[in-house]
Amino acid sequence: MAGATPGSLMRAEPSTLETPRARSSIRARAISGIGPLTVLAGVLWAFAQPYRVTILHPRGQGFWWLAVEPPLLVILVGVLFGLVLAPGLLEDLQEEDR
Amino acid sequence: MQPDPEFVHWLFATGFLILGVCLLAEAVVGPDVWGRRAWRAYLWPGAALILGIFLWPVMLLFTSSTLHMIAHSAWAQVLMLAGGAELALARGKLSSRYWHLTIALAFLVSGAASLIHEQNDWLFSRSAFVHHAMGWVMIGGALFPLARTFRPRSFALGAGFAATFLVVSVLLYTHRDVAEIFGHLSPVAGAPRR
Repeated sequence: MAGATPGSLMRAEPSTLETPRARSSIRARAISGIGPLTVLAGVLWAFAQPYRVTILHPRGQGFWWLAVEPPLLVILVGVLFGLVLAPGLLEDLQEEDR
Repeated sequence: MQPDPEFVHWLFATGFLILGVCLLAEAVVGPDVWGRRAWRAYLWPGAALILGIFLWPVMLLFTSSTLHMIAHSAWAQVLMLAGGAELALARGKLSSRYWHLTIALAFLVSGAASLIHEQNDWLFSRSAFVHHAMGWVMIGGALFPLARTFRPRSFALGAGFAATFLVVSVLLYTHRDVAEIFGHLSPVAGAPRR
């Protein structure tokens, strides 16, 4: 500490305090991104293989083709994660910071 | 009214996708934040148990061979064992961390079941490829729950564990009853579907 000036100490202090917050912010961004990224994957898949989205052309399709449409299921998982799981996780991450 | 096998694979793919994103979120926030709400602690073990229960109708209805029935029932049993043990750990009824090894066991048995009940070569059809790939992914993926038993707070192990579910989910979504794989389809596999 002999060579440390008051200025350098002041610069060093916030970085040690900010590290957990920065990490938490990265975690919050990651949690916020999981739902939209999953939805995006489903949407891209729907565009790549539109015949798998049978709701767009339901005539002549059997029950299972209408009930199980994989791109829509992927989108549904993303939406559910974003609406049900992510808000609580973000709230708990914020509480951990306090 | 019985669905074709591809629909069943896609429904299970959705179950694996739900598990994958939940486990990824748990790896990101860490076990302490994840465990702040009791229902979240039961989410993954409950889903594993339900997936295990749903494998029983698969075993009963898809009786194309004895090997299929044995594979699906073995898979159902180990998934229910792992789900039940994880539920008991979350509830505090079990305390030894070694119960987490049931997940590694479930992965190993599920992977072996997938490999053994697929009698055709990798490039016979897409279905054959998916079952071979899924089997090896699960056997390799068993390392994550195995190591996680001893290092439960490791982000890398948690993310690897979640990634295993996500990869299996993608493989299950690519499953078709009769379709080519990398331009290959055995002439005895039947007419390819769209």
